Amino acid sequence: MRRLDLTTAFLAGAIAVLGFAARAEDRYGIGRPATAAEIAGWNIDIGRDGSNLPPGSGSAERGKVVFTEQCAACHGDSGQGGVGDRLVGGQGTLASAKPVRTVGSYWPYASTLFDYIRRAMPQNAPQSLSNEDVYAVAAYVLSLNGIVPADAVLDAKSLAAIKMPNRDGFVSDPRPDVHNR
Amino acid sequence: MSEQTTDKRVREASRRHFLQAGAALAGGSVMAGIGDTNVLAGSESNLPPSVPEWMKAPGDPMGSQPYGTPSVHEKGVIKNISKTLPQYISASGRSPLQELDGIITPNGLFYERHHGGVPTIDPAEHRLILHGLVDRPLIFTMEDIRRFPSQSRIHFIECSGNPVYTKPYGKTASDLVGLVSCAEWTGVPLKTVLNEAGLQAGAKWIVAEGADAAALTRSIPIEKCLDDAMLVYSQNGERLRPQQGYPLRLLVPGFEGNMNVKWLRRLKVTAEPAYSREETSKYTDPMPDGTSREFTFYMEAKSIITRPSGGQKLTTKGFHEITGIAWSGHGKIKGVEVSVDDGKNWQEATLQEPVLTRALTRFRFPWHWDGAPAVIQSRAIDETGYMQPTLAELVAVRGVNSFYHNNAIWPWRIDADGEVSNAQA
Repeated sequence: MRRLDLTTAFLAGAIAVLGFAARAEDRYGIGRPATAAEIAGWNIDIGRDGSNLPPGSGSAERGKVVFTEQCAACHGDSGQGGVGDRLVGGQGTLASAKPVRTVGSYWPYASTLFDYIRRAMPQNAPQSLSNEDVYAVAAYVLSLNGIVPADAVLDAKSLAAIKMPNRDGFVSDPRPDVHNR
Repeated sequence: MSEQTTDKRVREASRRHFLQAGAALAGGSVMAGIGDTNVLAGSESNLPPSVPEWMKAPGDPMGSQPYGTPSVHEKGVIKNISKTLPQYISASGRSPLQELDGIITPNGLFYERHHGGVPTIDPAEHRLILHGLVDRPLIFTMEDIRRFPSQSRIHFIECSGNPVYTKPYGKTASDLVGLVSCAEWTGVPLKTVLNEAGLQAGAKWIVAEGADAAALTRSIPIEKCLDDAMLVYSQNGERLRPQQGYPLRLLVPGFEGNMNVKWLRRLKVTAEPAYSREETSKYTDPMPDGTSREFTFYMEAKSIITRPSGGQKLTTKGFHEITGIAWSGHGKIKGVEVSVDDGKNWQEATLQEPVLTRALTRFRFPWHWDGAPAVIQSRAIDETGYMQPTLAELVAVRGVNSFYHNNAIWPWRIDADGEVSNAQA
């Protein structure tokens, strides 16, 4: 029994070594190691749990100033929409004949709001806002939706702790859902 | 059969010819001769028994077009871009499907969708970073990417909002489903590049990010990345056009267009999706009960008759070939059925070879039009046995606000004058 165990262990080890060698052989040695600094500069993804949110904070009050300057031209003074998407309202309409999908009624994660504002907004100058101002605008948009109070100040921890109204509104893909033969 | 647009082009051509002839006369050219009434008679002079104008003098010299462009008589064949879009930075332009033959979309007519405009990227300064749950985070230049063993494959790409479920429905095939195109793509299988970095245990997704002003981000399941996903740098033999992601894009055959991330700069291997804006607030499919389907990747089987189709006209009774395109994100097209009697009877169309997986497939059906009003339509069946549904069947399940993944049959009405229009408009 003991001998069998040893044999098994030896075989497993040999296979692992051979397997590794085979994989290494398959590699072409193309590309160079990416440095931690290079990755950090580009890795702007924020997880739905708030992972990778940067230090800093921003108030809804400050957010209103930034929003008026940077966002209102497309999204409307109070986020009612225009050339850009409507951001406010619509809660309770998703099951109606005229669903209104906004940050408040539809977005499942508040952390995605930080991610998207920082990577893509304002449309004419993305990645130009400071992290503090991104927190501030996110806080303001959430306050317009009644999800945080008007005097809210958000940082990594408090933003990640928000539960959005439509958090549980998504289901997996059941297709094919039309069976016609 | 001829198309209205063709009629217009012929008229334009005649007018152009007349102006050219006039200019030649005004310039004092005596080649044609003042008394040559054929010149003044317009295009008639180019028909038998006369010798056509373009045979009487040499044409344009070599080098007059260092990069070839279509005939001036085809200048109406362009992308279908609405003149009333709310904005043009995040917008789409459609392929003119009813003007095209075969299964390959010319690069200049490939449909476009971008979310932060089309960036101008210097390939020498473009980098791809591969990081996350890998043994060796790597950074690649374009030269590096092109050193990998290459592969070429023909696949369609289709936007998932093609079209939406609500009226007004479009008038032409392009208006309806012009957000699909097909090309031969060249690049390196993604799995080859992933092997360079070494996937770690727990690697379930790869988050792909573009180097555009939207830094567009989508999460791709690892199974797809290790199956037929590619990093692509060429399209139909030449480098990608800027609108298609120059210098590098992701190709995930059969998955919705948005996931084929263009201007690719980063791949992050993760345990779970990014839940980015593009896969939560957009590209999720609302249902009548208020829930929404997420991660709806596959484009289901679909087809459309492109000739005769909306906006065209049958000018004579008798033989007309019905032709169109079919495709499925789930694999090969197994068959296409055509009905010429408003859906009462269906007959098998002929599939043009090659029939390729996750590629457009051209179908043809011979038809004798008796001059009476008719409704013609096609339905695709793919290799999984799935049959393209009607709009009513889809709406019965998904409602009218589902927005994405409408793969309905689209019938065309032909009236007694031969005018072809959208039968569901």
